Amino acid sequence: MRVSTRAVSTMTAVGALLALSGCGAADMTKQASPYANAAGAKTVTLSVQSWVGAQADVSVAEYLLKHELGYRVDRVQIDEVPAWDALSQGRVDAIMEDWGHPEQEQRYVKDKKTITAGGGVGVTGHIGWYVPTYFAKKHPDITNWKNLDKYAKQFRTAESGGQGQLMDGSPSYVTNDKALVKNLDLDYKVVFAGSEAAQITQIKQFAKAKKPFLTYWYKPQWLFDKVPMTEVKLPEYKEGCDADPKKIKCGYPHTPLQKYFNSNFAKHGGKAAAFLKNFKWSQADQNEVALDIADKKMSPEDAAKKWVEGHKSTWQAWLPK
Amino acid sequence: MSTTAPATTPRPLGADTKTGPVQALLRRRGLAKLLLLAVVAAVLVPLVHAQWPSTLWPSDLTVDLSGPLGKASDWIIDNRDSHWLFLYFLGHLSNAVVISVRAVYLVLLALGWAGVVAGAALIAWRVAGVRLAALTVASFGLCGLLGMWVPTMQTLALMVVAVVAAVVLGMLMGLAAGLSDRVFRILRPVLDTMQVLPAFSYLLPVALIFGVGVPAAVFATVIYAAPPMARLTALGLRGADAGVMEAVTSLGTTARQRLFSARLPLARKELLLGLNQTIMMALSMAVIASMIGGAGLGDRVYQALGTVDVGAALAAGIPIVLLAVVLDRVTGAAGERLGANAEDTSVLRGWRGWSLAGLGTVVVALAVRFAGLLDWPASWTVDIVEPVNTAKEWMVDHLYTGVPVVGGTADWAAHFTTWVLNPVRDGLQGLPWWSVLLVVAALAWLIGTWQTALTAVLAMAGIGVLGVWDKSLDTLAQVLAAVAVTVVLGFAIGIATARSARLERLLRPVLDIFQTMPQFVYLIPVVALFGIGRAPAVAAAVVYALPAVIRITTQGLRQVDAGAMEASSSLGATSWQQLRQVQLPLARPALLLALNQAVVLVLAVVVIGALVGGGALGYDVVFGIAQGDLATGMVGGVAIVCLGLVLDRVTQPTARRESGSTKGA
Repeated sequence: MRVSTRAVSTMTAVGALLALSGCGAADMTKQASPYANAAGAKTVTLSVQSWVGAQADVSVAEYLLKHELGYRVDRVQIDEVPAWDALSQGRVDAIMEDWGHPEQEQRYVKDKKTITAGGGVGVTGHIGWYVPTYFAKKHPDITNWKNLDKYAKQFRTAESGGQGQLMDGSPSYVTNDKALVKNLDLDYKVVFAGSEAAQITQIKQFAKAKKPFLTYWYKPQWLFDKVPMTEVKLPEYKEGCDADPKKIKCGYPHTPLQKYFNSNFAKHGGKAAAFLKNFKWSQADQNEVALDIADKKMSPEDAAKKWVEGHKSTWQAWLPK
Repeated sequence: MSTTAPATTPRPLGADTKTGPVQALLRRRGLAKLLLLAVVAAVLVPLVHAQWPSTLWPSDLTVDLSGPLGKASDWIIDNRDSHWLFLYFLGHLSNAVVISVRAVYLVLLALGWAGVVAGAALIAWRVAGVRLAALTVASFGLCGLLGMWVPTMQTLALMVVAVVAAVVLGMLMGLAAGLSDRVFRILRPVLDTMQVLPAFSYLLPVALIFGVGVPAAVFATVIYAAPPMARLTALGLRGADAGVMEAVTSLGTTARQRLFSARLPLARKELLLGLNQTIMMALSMAVIASMIGGAGLGDRVYQALGTVDVGAALAAGIPIVLLAVVLDRVTGAAGERLGANAEDTSVLRGWRGWSLAGLGTVVVALAVRFAGLLDWPASWTVDIVEPVNTAKEWMVDHLYTGVPVVGGTADWAAHFTTWVLNPVRDGLQGLPWWSVLLVVAALAWLIGTWQTALTAVLAMAGIGVLGVWDKSLDTLAQVLAAVAVTVVLGFAIGIATARSARLERLLRPVLDIFQTMPQFVYLIPVVALFGIGRAPAVAAAVVYALPAVIRITTQGLRQVDAGAMEASSSLGATSWQQLRQVQLPLARPALLLALNQAVVLVLAVVVIGALVGGGALGYDVVFGIAQGDLATGMVGGVAIVCLGLVLDRVTQPTARRESGSTKGA
């Protein structure tokens, strides 16, 4: 009996394999999310990054897609680099704000052509190191990185131990800080808050107590309206100075932020694709929505609604004819 | 190295005359092991020290895997749409998952909210009774009320597919192991090990192969949830009553008849327990898998944690807890009913009840469809996000810092970091690397066999070879601190509950709920209370591990032989003496088991704590996922696996000498 049991199970296994591979090749790089387009709805899946500026982009796009064009919008939170992978596989239709990933751009846009550039967001981003303005006013020479070591003592915390603390936010953001601290030979330790929100909480607490702090931060960002901060000048960015991340010794560039679409969506995405391609607004617009979401604690949808109601002329131009 | 071994025998039924010599022998054996280890150390340490004098793991002995791992990752991405392995095998697996999840999701959507609620309630009614059906309705209703209906359905769809796959896979492995001794010997250590590994370490390998998305999430869940099913199936089949089997064989049955007519039915209690455990583990993994694109409720929690939006995290966390409670209670009750073997005498038994349930579901589903109420009505939702966030703001303002006399929660967290976590971490990192290996070897050998010691030492050395020695000791420091707090609190509460039946009745529902909650959910309140850093990660780990420790301690103390208690009280022992000299020593095996559980559970949460600033090894995994830098993430994941092995082996008394082990923590 043993033998026949085994024979039966072998046959089942072979059968299962045949059934699996019977329909030929299956390309998993062209696979939508199982939740997309459910029950006949037209769905657009947007990748939303964790910083509030990107949430503002996505919320306004989502609101207009829903209410003006009749789409259902799924938002997926994926970190930046995996989002490129998901975008190329079609699990996400669009990334609304990218801060520059040359390696991924080369691979997916130029080589594999699975992703299409979608034009600029209209906002230029800049990453840098910042100290609170109340501290910079007292110690004006801190705005040069060469003097940072002089103040390292005042930036100590429980997490940084004997060195000064350089606060970084989310592990997913573009950062060279660890290498910079090492290569510029600074008496600082990079401490990751774990997320941008955690970093903001800490900055606010420091500011409330008027304590000095040094943080990785970026513009445009609504927090500057709440906690004025002054940039510490790092060695100037020159084209290609960040080519080898391990040897980097320069600050961050000014990056015009970009949109990216899945190539298939860009071609066959109809009105939604045309709309997202036209989407372009100013730094002030983005900050307005971001401030409502992050500081006034409005839900992204309400914040988007408020902006949409006040800026009809701006978004009317985005709607496909 | 003297011990305070009890004079009495730990086994209630043990013969008194043997106790003395056995204990003495054990003690001497422990001493001999230590001596031998000391001799080995005396020879090796000077040599090693001369070669590599640093206290940190010597860099000559590390292997840098980031190159090859990075290449592997690039290769996978470049070949995912062309290589046969992906096109003809993995692609089909991935497709099958997408199609099945989609199918289940569409069915759930087609049923509409009312259909789903009715269906779930009727199933609960059939397998577990009216009370649990009511609980089911209330829970699903609450999910809808919180505005989480669609994410709940997405999680449910993913869960259904993952659980079915895990159960089938687990049953197949369990059948093989249950029927063949050789398979059992091979599978058992593998399954045992898989059960102690943190869910976190399963994420990266699947994300690497399948890319971020639902298929990866489903596969991670299946791999994580299948072992308990396999284990319990194997145990159930092996535990079949020999007499019954003999009788069945003598009736001239074939092997297959024996399997289906005797072995499987006899094992059904274990099978249902396995199903219950598989479901619970699948849920906890399905939630964590949101990090690799699992969508659904976990994704909402993950998004909310990213913005420290405690209200939104709670709104998504509550449905997870409700799902967990409902699934646990219903499968648990079904198991008990079967176990009780009560004859169902009602008119609705068997197929009639089931067809009634099916009919009811269809009728309700059609009714809402024609009423146009397929989606959960938007007006029926309660927004808890704003009030919760207001409450949290109030807490931050009033409890966070500067509270007179007691200080604020953030102050406690800072003190805990400065006075406990930092010294322990610095102390561990200051130890010479070979001495850490020696301590691991000594602990594991004293408590187990030379094989466990070897495994533990190799695993620890593996961490060094991977080049993450420093970070691993940081994680270890967090684990040790959390375990210490957990064990002190757990033993204290356990002793209290063991002595007071009323307290136990009060605590039981609380413990029940806490034990069924997925690990992820614990991060929400600690962020609100303690902010960001290592302290909240430790706090979450303590809360997660505490219920198991309390429960095992209570049970251990309760099971102490009544005779021994009687005897001691007749000798005039006070209740404190009784506890210290009789109950605790006799419950030693249970206490050791509690310690082992504490270590395993704490590790699982401490690494997830990286999401709230816990840093160390967990951070490498988070970073790896976030940056798509799978090399860093994989190394971190493997190191977590090694650390899990070490911690398990140095706290797990081998079954052979379970009763006699004299060294704990």
